[in-house]
Amino acid sequence: MEQFTGKVWVLGDDIDTDIIIPTEYLALKTVDDMKPYAFSPLRPELAGQIKEGDIIVAGKNFGCGSSREQAPEIIKALGIKCVIAKSFARIFFRNSINNGLLLIEQDALHDHVTEGEEISVTVGKEVVANGTSYAISALPQNLLDIINAGGLVKAMRKLNGLD
Amino acid sequence: MGYTVIEKIIRNNIGKDVKAGEIVTVNVDRVMIHDIFIPFVASKFEEMGFTKLWDPDKVVLIYDHLVPASQVDDTRHFKVGNEFAAKYGMKNVHRSDGICHQLMTEAGYVKPGNIVFGTDSHTTTYGCVGAFSSGIGYTEMASILGTGTMWVKVPETIRVEINGTLPDNVMAKDIILKLIGDLGADGATYKALEFTGDTVANMSVASRMSMSNMAIEAGAKCAVFTPDEKTAEYCEVTLTDKEKDLVGDADAVYCRTITYQAEEFVPVCACPSNVDNVRPVSELEGTEIDQVFIGSCTNGRLEDLMAAAEVLKGKKVAPFVKLIVTPASRKIYTQALENGTMKILADAGAMITHPSCGLCCGRTGGILTDGEKVVATNNRNFLGRMGSSKVGIYLASPKTAAACAVAGKIVSA
Repeated sequence: MEQFTGKVWVLGDDIDTDIIIPTEYLALKTVDDMKPYAFSPLRPELAGQIKEGDIIVAGKNFGCGSSREQAPEIIKALGIKCVIAKSFARIFFRNSINNGLLLIEQDALHDHVTEGEEISVTVGKEVVANGTSYAISALPQNLLDIINAGGLVKAMRKLNGLD
Repeated sequence: MGYTVIEKIIRNNIGKDVKAGEIVTVNVDRVMIHDIFIPFVASKFEEMGFTKLWDPDKVVLIYDHLVPASQVDDTRHFKVGNEFAAKYGMKNVHRSDGICHQLMTEAGYVKPGNIVFGTDSHTTTYGCVGAFSSGIGYTEMASILGTGTMWVKVPETIRVEINGTLPDNVMAKDIILKLIGDLGADGATYKALEFTGDTVANMSVASRMSMSNMAIEAGAKCAVFTPDEKTAEYCEVTLTDKEKDLVGDADAVYCRTITYQAEEFVPVCACPSNVDNVRPVSELEGTEIDQVFIGSCTNGRLEDLMAAAEVLKGKKVAPFVKLIVTPASRKIYTQALENGTMKILADAGAMITHPSCGLCCGRTGGILTDGEKVVATNNRNFLGRMGSSKVGIYLASPKTAAACAVAGKIVSA
């Protein structure tokens, strides 16, 4: 079972896709061009502070709003290892799976974690923060299949006999 | 045991019984891609190794977020879109006809009972004609373009029953805002909303569209209305027995039922900066405003413009307020010209823009700055949606918006 630790950034409820990446930057050519503006309406300095392997812990309904797939792509490009939230909006959830960004639903962690803290994650089993274990569940098989294939693009390449 | 409307649509599509919670693969009847995401769809499609579209006639490409271009980079999206359409033999391309969600039903691409996906979260709109429609990302869109199929989890359904007659100053927009306020921004996540009751039966397809459009603001996967004679007339079809049967069965399983009496609705606003932060207009009266926006795929239809014109007739917009009106499509634009609505709006002091997403997505046509407040008829009031992150966006019905434009502050129509 995959295991990792990371430093936590704490965000609130209803972090929408316009906060993750405002529409005005969506016509920039690449996700790397867009990523300095991630979370800019809420915390303009945040994108510059996030380091490879960090973890976002958020409240309910993370990723609500538009269908923009740049939202999970940018979070991944910033180096975020996974997002742990009380709940996720459905389009964001699908987009994240298809792009190989790990999402974990956990109801209680958000209320007990402090920004800057190190937490450890055992995928499909638990999150440990400040000595306390928070249980997490495994994803359904059809989603694991997409992740195991390396995302939806790779799954389709396999379908087309390319890889 | 009976079926919900969405269970019936999916059952009819795949030819076997389904129940909420099952994961199934559906056959897609139509897809919509808009200008913002076409470059990403095109590159993912080719990266996946596809060489042809599963059915070019089932793919619709609509330029709406970026037309007319306001930045040089925007034009790249049109170039990529035009090349993609030419290369793969797509005929259904709209370059300046209006907003995608208006055009998909207006131009006849979506019919009752269809399953439709689009690269925009407000794709839930087509439930107004009894279709199952939902927003997806560009990677999934690319996979549909190649396969014509998509996996879905059959959603549980929240049944919303509304009976009675709405007060004169209340519109369908007030109903859906009230519902989103009651459900919360995640109250319907992964679920379907099914609207029923005599208030809904008496509503125009345009009003139903305002409601299904905003279902996503409560997190819903889709929202659906039973197709009826009004739907048939709007879609220019004769309903088949299967389509007439898209009614929630009395013994269907619903995860929740919410009932409203129409007479009890009042004009409301969704206050900054969450759509579920809904308050009666009466509690906000006197709040000074800088701008009013009437338009969008939520409320840019002929009946919306006419409702605003009824309030604005013979009056003038307050001198310090900018009123921006954006029809949802060219067809609506010309209808509003022909029936005199545009003249009433212009005489009152409105700036009338070309049909497009425009101000709703904060790209063009009335961007605001720190400390300003806007009353707007669109579907989102998120931070930074219409300019700087210190703009206060109040979502309201066209009637309320028009009354606010005249008063220069928030008031009831």
